[in-house]
Amino acid sequence: MTTTTPSKAAAAADYLDQRTGIGVVVKNFARKVFPDHWSFLLGEIALYSFVVLLITGFFLTMFFVPSMGLTTYHGPVTAMDGQLMSDAFASTLRLSFEVRGGLLMRQIHHWAALLFMAAIVTHMLRVFFTGAFRKPRELNWIVGCVLMILGLAAGFTGYSLPDDVLSGNGLRITDGVVKSIPIIGSYMSYFIFGGEFPGEHIIPRLFSMHVMVVPALILSFVAIHLLFVVLHKHTQYPGGGRTDKNVVGFPLFPVYVAKAGGFFFIVFGVLALMGATMAINNVWNYGPYDPSPVSAGAQPDWYMLFLEGSLRLMPGQAEVVIGGFTLSLNILIPAVVIPGLLFTFLFVYPFVEARVTRDDREHHVLDRPRNVPVRTGLGVAFLTAFIILAVAGSNDLIATHFHMSLNSITWALRVLLFVGPVITFWITKRICLSLQRKDRELVLHGHETGKIVRFANGEYIEVHRPLTEQERWLRVNFDAHKPLVIEPAEDSRGVRRKGYKQDVRWQKLSRFFYEDRVEPVRPSELHTAHGHDELESESSPAELHS
Amino acid sequence: MSELKTNSSDVTTTSEDRFTDPGIPAHKERMGDTDPAAAKRAERQSSALFTISIIGTIVALVVYFAIRPGDSVASVRTANFALGISIAFALLGIGLGAIHWAKALMSDHEIAEERHVLKSSDEDRTGALEALEAGVKDSNIGRRTVLKGSVVTALGLFPLTIAVPLVSSVGNDWNVSKFRHTLWEKGKRLTTDPAGRPVKASELTVGSVVHIIPEVSDEERKSGEWITEKAKAVVLLVRLDPKDLKESEERKSWSYDGIVAYSKICTHVGCPVALYEQQTHHLLCPCHQSTFDVANGAKVVFGPAKRPLPQLPITVDDEGYLVAQSDFTEPIGPSYWERLK
Amino acid sequence: MKALAARRHHRFTPVVIVMFALLVVGGVYAAFAPSSAHADTATNQDIEEGHKLFLANCATCHGANAEGSDNVPSLIGVGAAAVDFQVGTGRMPMQASGPQAQAKPAQMDKTQTRQLAAYVASLGPGPSIPTADQVDPEQGSVSNGAAIFRTNCAMCHNAVGAGGALSDGKFAPPLTKTSPTHIYEAMLTGPQSMPVFNNGTLTSEEKRDVIAYVVEQREGSAGGITLGSLGPVSEGVWAWVIGMGVLIGAAVWIGAKSS
Repeated sequence: MTTTTPSKAAAAADYLDQRTGIGVVVKNFARKVFPDHWSFLLGEIALYSFVVLLITGFFLTMFFVPSMGLTTYHGPVTAMDGQLMSDAFASTLRLSFEVRGGLLMRQIHHWAALLFMAAIVTHMLRVFFTGAFRKPRELNWIVGCVLMILGLAAGFTGYSLPDDVLSGNGLRITDGVVKSIPIIGSYMSYFIFGGEFPGEHIIPRLFSMHVMVVPALILSFVAIHLLFVVLHKHTQYPGGGRTDKNVVGFPLFPVYVAKAGGFFFIVFGVLALMGATMAINNVWNYGPYDPSPVSAGAQPDWYMLFLEGSLRLMPGQAEVVIGGFTLSLNILIPAVVIPGLLFTFLFVYPFVEARVTRDDREHHVLDRPRNVPVRTGLGVAFLTAFIILAVAGSNDLIATHFHMSLNSITWALRVLLFVGPVITFWITKRICLSLQRKDRELVLHGHETGKIVRFANGEYIEVHRPLTEQERWLRVNFDAHKPLVIEPAEDSRGVRRKGYKQDVRWQKLSRFFYEDRVEPVRPSELHTAHGHDELESESSPAELHS
Repeated sequence: MSELKTNSSDVTTTSEDRFTDPGIPAHKERMGDTDPAAAKRAERQSSALFTISIIGTIVALVVYFAIRPGDSVASVRTANFALGISIAFALLGIGLGAIHWAKALMSDHEIAEERHVLKSSDEDRTGALEALEAGVKDSNIGRRTVLKGSVVTALGLFPLTIAVPLVSSVGNDWNVSKFRHTLWEKGKRLTTDPAGRPVKASELTVGSVVHIIPEVSDEERKSGEWITEKAKAVVLLVRLDPKDLKESEERKSWSYDGIVAYSKICTHVGCPVALYEQQTHHLLCPCHQSTFDVANGAKVVFGPAKRPLPQLPITVDDEGYLVAQSDFTEPIGPSYWERLK
Repeated sequence: MKALAARRHHRFTPVVIVMFALLVVGGVYAAFAPSSAHADTATNQDIEEGHKLFLANCATCHGANAEGSDNVPSLIGVGAAAVDFQVGTGRMPMQASGPQAQAKPAQMDKTQTRQLAAYVASLGPGPSIPTADQVDPEQGSVSNGAAIFRTNCAMCHNAVGAGGALSDGKFAPPLTKTSPTHIYEAMLTGPQSMPVFNNGTLTSEEKRDVIAYVVEQREGSAGGITLGSLGPVSEGVWAWVIGMGVLIGAAVWIGAKSS
């Protein structure tokens, strides 16, 4: 008994294969294995938010008018009735209040933008703390950092499009920052705005960037990002059976088609829920852009708060006049130098770590953060600085909510920006080392069962249950890097070696990273610690190197 | 315990005193793997979730056609909510159904796949090198330095044909000297923002604050260029008790009976400085909290600004209306490299 | 008629004529002048009671004759409107002296407030309490009010009146629950840090437009819950807490082994 359906599919597949040779692709990819861990889905949240942005964004482009030409609004928004405003602002009002589904699409779009950046940051933190940026993924890390910057650009150009007072003041601040750049600043300002601020060109220019240039770049870089994941295969957490030479998990078809595909619908669904219930960016409350009004609580979207906080914390005395020329360090330092330092740290980190370990093996098994205390500490310190800057950007809201003085908050954060990361680095490193020691204890002595046994001679001991092989393997399968060893300053014939000074500096950095370390337990140590198989006595633990 | 190696700090010990990999953990059965009733239940749950999605889609379509946004805030809110919730159900139903199916019904036996070394094989590398060398030889570029130099120069230069017109045109007339001048001039009346009503000195009481724009015709105020001019010309007018006002000698003639006028554009990065605190005479900018003392030449008392707000010299005309004596004597707003030149 | 004519040249005639003329002029003026006085006119008894209340509650800081001192303003000339606002919102009597007067449950009831206002108004001419018409939001233009509010008020009170920070711990309070009368009076008298918007700079009709705008904001947002109307910071907080929170929860569920 033959049915027509299978042969139709077979005929279609044959037609395609004869023209594309697609059979080998299906063979290699249909059952591609991906490891299973929830933290691997964070990048997907970003990817799916981006897809949602494209879908809802397309809807918006059908109604938004990217023009600064003036029009008088007459419509359902009573507070705006009869007001003169740009076409950009008026079309935003119309699509929010007169187009069915318009407000929903707009709100989903903006929530998706906020979520896109949040997911990028969370995903980046996961990649950083697990060391997934190590060889061969350094290039993909760079691609990811570029995507983060493109995301910032997309968000900034996007929320400025409605031409309202809040985002307009943001553009004014941008103009002020650009003007502060030495020599070319005033010309750059003219370039961006097509004349003096605000001019009549900026909204259509931002539209072109937001709808065409930045999405095209994001799509290209995302394609490269995913291509690398396919090429390198995904990393995996340490565990039984997982090595640098395999990948253990489930096949793409059907498991990940269902899980990852399903997750797209969940991300979209959650965003739809947010757009349906939570108001966001009500531009009609801010009003059409006018250089005169400003609202209390003037902040950009959350992902730009670190720049905003940076500008708020910097004291003003730093502007200097040299030979009649004004050098606005009070703006250049917070708006150019500090973000520059932060981004440079991100971009170069994989290469610095590679240099201080001289490790050129491929790594596909992830690190547990506790096993790399200094990296984890540095990551937490960086995050601390970022959060302090974001908090500084919200200092007026904190002042009103917690009944504190705005000026005191600013002063406290000025100090905390430098002191905070040092403190959190130190605390984190110590916690990591302690967790490693705890792991050693656990491997050497097993789980405490709470059962007390009393021997005939009166000795009390607690019964310990030894770890299973899987539990133990997780805790011993890591390498504790040692500080670099460098060749001596002079060679065998007493000739000074070129590059010695540089080597010394790298060695010092390597010591900072790896001097304090805890080694994994070895079978010989376990043997010494063991008494019998069932009952353990609290003999002295093996020497810890620290 | 640690063996020193000259280059690598790796810990891989030559004596294999390391634990061995116990292999992939044993597979744990799910309820649905052994109990067909549990599997059937999982199937029904997934189908139910997909059905919820279908219902959600139908409701969303009905809501779209049946509920108009309407004219009131409440009706728009209702329409937004109804449409959004039904769409959310339509989406979440599919997502939850698919994932439940994957977790409960699809095979969850772990598979191990081999990784291959990324580096190309030695023969591939040699082959690649040979291919490139053959190509270079075939190109006959040899030692033809002029050929090399000229092609590189040509390719390097041609982008200028696009880049220069693009960059130059985008910058309009590049006339940055416009930053130095505003609409203010001798005799120009101070009028309220946004209505444009001229202000009499007698209307202001101590503690009054008025937001000011220069007097312009109605057509000008409705034109496209107005906002750009306004962005330089907005002024804050404050009346202080003359006892509280500290003025330098040359600025004494710039105020009128305790009434002072300052540029409203912050000298930090350009936000409108608008929060006037009557009791302290401080002017706070809400963007980055630069604080200026209006009673003392609007100099900076806190925050990231460096320079005081530029002052507009004012007086009254013969009808008692406040007028400017001249334009600002320095460029307003944020600093730029050549502002003092 | 004869009796009246007989008294035409009485020596008190000029007095009677002047009194009559004053009465006519006063009556005409009272009938046609713009009413800025409140509906209940203050009686002498009000002023007396007000004086007693003043001595008991206010004189310790403001002085027995309301003359003020170094850090305490004089109340001569502040008008009934200022008293109605400060006492009606509970700001006065002040909890602690300082630049920020906190609104709190009013210590005086409506009658006592009226009496205090009458007393202070009697000390010197000043802004009086607005009429119901002057503060009726139905009669104001929301659109004009929005434009005025944006330029004059939003920088301290936030675009929809949710409140904002000033320097050194001071703040501009939220307007979400303030009565139209109190909003009018605050604009008119410029309490504490707030500047003075007298009727010359912001006319009475413009003040009513502002009230109409502020009251309209109490209908909430067309987009859903307002999240405090605090702008991008609160939106960012909720994007993380709800958005990332729910999605990370979903991710954990997806990655977890099914039972």
